[in-house]
Amino acid sequence: METLDFLMQGFAVALIPESLMFAIIGAILGTLIGALPGLGPANGVAILIPLAFSLGLSPTSSLILLTSVYAGAMYGGRISSILLNIPGDEPAMMTCIDGYPMALKGKAAEALAISAIASFIGSFIATIGLVILAPILAKFALKFGPSEYFALFALAFATLGGITGKNQFKTLMAAALGLMIASVGIDISSGVQRYTYNTLELFEGVDFIIAIVGLFAISELLFFIEKHAGDGLKKVAINKLKLTMGDIVKVLPTSLRGALLGFVSGVLPGAGASLGSFISYTLEKKVVGDKGEFGKGDTRGIAAPEAGNNGAASGALVPMLTLGVPGSGTTAVLLAMLISLNVTPGPMLFTQNADLVWGVIAALFVGNLVLLLLNIPMIGIFVKLLSVPPKYLMPIVTLVASVGIYSVSHSALDLYFMVGFGVIGYVLRKVDVPLVPVILGMLLGPEMEKSLRHALVLSDGDWSILLNSGLSIGLWTVAILGLVLPVIVGPMVRAKMSKSKEATSS
Amino acid sequence: MKTKSTFKTLALKSIMASGVIALASTSVQAYEPARSAECIAPANPGGGWDFTCRSVGKALVDLSYIKGNVQTVNMSGAGGGVAFAHTVSKRSKDDALIVAASTATTTRLAQGQFPGMNSDQVKWVGTLGADYGIIAVSKDSEYQNLSQLMDALRKDPNSVKFAGGSATGGWDHLKVLITAKEANVTKLPKIKYLSFNGGSEALVQVVGGHIDAFTGDISEVKGFLDSGDIRVVAVLSEERLPAPLNNIPTALEQGVSSVAPNWRGFYVPGNAGDDSYDWWVNTIDELYQTQEWKDIMAKNGLMPFHKTGAEFTQFVKNQTLDIRILSQDIGLIK
Repeated sequence: METLDFLMQGFAVALIPESLMFAIIGAILGTLIGALPGLGPANGVAILIPLAFSLGLSPTSSLILLTSVYAGAMYGGRISSILLNIPGDEPAMMTCIDGYPMALKGKAAEALAISAIASFIGSFIATIGLVILAPILAKFALKFGPSEYFALFALAFATLGGITGKNQFKTLMAAALGLMIASVGIDISSGVQRYTYNTLELFEGVDFIIAIVGLFAISELLFFIEKHAGDGLKKVAINKLKLTMGDIVKVLPTSLRGALLGFVSGVLPGAGASLGSFISYTLEKKVVGDKGEFGKGDTRGIAAPEAGNNGAASGALVPMLTLGVPGSGTTAVLLAMLISLNVTPGPMLFTQNADLVWGVIAALFVGNLVLLLLNIPMIGIFVKLLSVPPKYLMPIVTLVASVGIYSVSHSALDLYFMVGFGVIGYVLRKVDVPLVPVILGMLLGPEMEKSLRHALVLSDGDWSILLNSGLSIGLWTVAILGLVLPVIVGPMVRAKMSKSKEATSS
Repeated sequence: MKTKSTFKTLALKSIMASGVIALASTSVQAYEPARSAECIAPANPGGGWDFTCRSVGKALVDLSYIKGNVQTVNMSGAGGGVAFAHTVSKRSKDDALIVAASTATTTRLAQGQFPGMNSDQVKWVGTLGADYGIIAVSKDSEYQNLSQLMDALRKDPNSVKFAGGSATGGWDHLKVLITAKEANVTKLPKIKYLSFNGGSEALVQVVGGHIDAFTGDISEVKGFLDSGDIRVVAVLSEERLPAPLNNIPTALEQGVSSVAPNWRGFYVPGNAGDDSYDWWVNTIDELYQTQEWKDIMAKNGLMPFHKTGAEFTQFVKNQTLDIRILSQDIGLIK
């Protein structure tokens, strides 16, 4: 078992004190970020990237920190869903449905504990899935030539909005903006400078990291300023935990089903964690049938979506690591980080950077255990932290972001760019244009252009090369489905989601 | 003045007492560097330049050439252009600054990709090793050696397509052109080169059978060479590489006089003091001989390649000129 050997090596990396420390810090920060309404995992990771740069961390430590933040944010999202009926992030929406009624019945502590266990199972199973699937997919990735990659990128763009996305046109617009930004800099296929106006700093294009930090972190700051959001959320008291073995056994099958479904929807590009938690919840309702008390505080109604969204989080790492195509917004941000650390994702990652990639995977296991421990006995601390006023939090975020960005290339221009992107991000969010497609456009646009040009060079200009293999035809089919389905199925899914949500609020 | 605080030995103190003129005529050995130095790596952490700065910086401190520390500063942008411009315009008299450079630096200087700048604006210190260019094919390829590959190109320059990790016109592309030119292939601009983000991406395409041949450095192919997935048809070095790579034939053996070292070295600011420049040159010379550096080279796959001072400056001039002529020949630049 070659994979097991690698995994053991990974644990050797993940269990050194430095890695453990970053996994724990990441888990704590991630949970906190996930718990704060509005700050999703993509924002969380974006905000902490500069921290990794300003501390001058090694690629392995940076990635361990950021993947722990990612996993932590998926855990944290449930806290405000259950206590306040406000989802901490989008994937945690389904957790409100049964979580809040439980809290109203005075069972908040049980709801938090069960959701933590379900999150753990979701993540754990999906990480095992990642261990099994990633090396297989990495070998399979050798079959991807330029034309297959072009089809794959087309697929990633087609499914960008995801099935739950609201306005396809705005998604498209955001992606186009990302593509435009990406066209600045040297065109590697011809060696020609585009839109650089002899400014040396622009020769290599606009750095993804600067765009990400500006769009996510700085725009967040602007929002806080606008809202004068000086005070934290209202304080919530939670009851004393009374959890029996029976309660845990009851949600085990649910969590396992949720984990698998979540993993699959995470691996598929575009689907992501929101869909994972939604499908898991709906399926659970069907499986249990009338015996359950869904919508009124059924523990299985918390376990299913939590296992689902945590499973999806680890699943989304599979295409990101093996093919360099992110399966979700957060993995897009992680991908940008990998690229800036000079780590090339793809099949070579599993052989050339075995220490790094297996170290990160092992750290996911460790981080999960840490998160489970943090989230059951220490949940009271996170609940208290929820009421820390943002007026203390946001200046720290801005400081860390600025120092981090400056330390990347020691250029003041980068800071102006960061602020510029912050303003753009603010405006875009004001008019409800999603930010993740901008990042995906920046990341994938140049790759897509390169693949197309390579394919055409190889075929001496014959366009039929784009459909010359079964693999690329298959990818194109999925891409077209991904583009058409949301228009038909999307409204139905969204209606169902909001209906089941309303059912609980009323 | 700039180094006043760093003069430490008694002997030097007495020289100082005898005046500034004495200072200027002090022999090279008597020059003491600043307590701490800075090394600019003109790219993000993790790449070749970053490695050059960090490993040399550490060795200089471990072997007490520098008493304080050597701070590595990453300054990415324009493939080294931002750092070059910074050195020329803002740090031109800094005696305690070295900047990592490689063949990528001379390539861009030659092709005018650092607008308004040229290689005379800095002082070239020396190299501490090189990574040699190679040309490789997949294990299932019909081409067994370089001669067959070049024969095919001579018949039809479009028959073999190359993948590499640098931009079009970059060093990986040029290696193919230098080799083809030496092998009397005409119609050089017709040779197809596909550029990827780094050697490993390009290599995967060749191993996967999508592209005919790979152009890159020997360090990039280690993994696939061990697994037997690729066949290196030629290494572009003067002599065969040390074991275990000594079974790879050179291009020279196959009648093509193409040598393409991707050297790793440094330059210092153009107006750095002569004594400080000499100190850096001597230090790099000495460092290159130490066991510590030999170990670093072995561990990181760096091959012997050592030129310093005037010899290195001339080498940079020649390389820049060669690349410029070649780039003009194939129409990359005017």
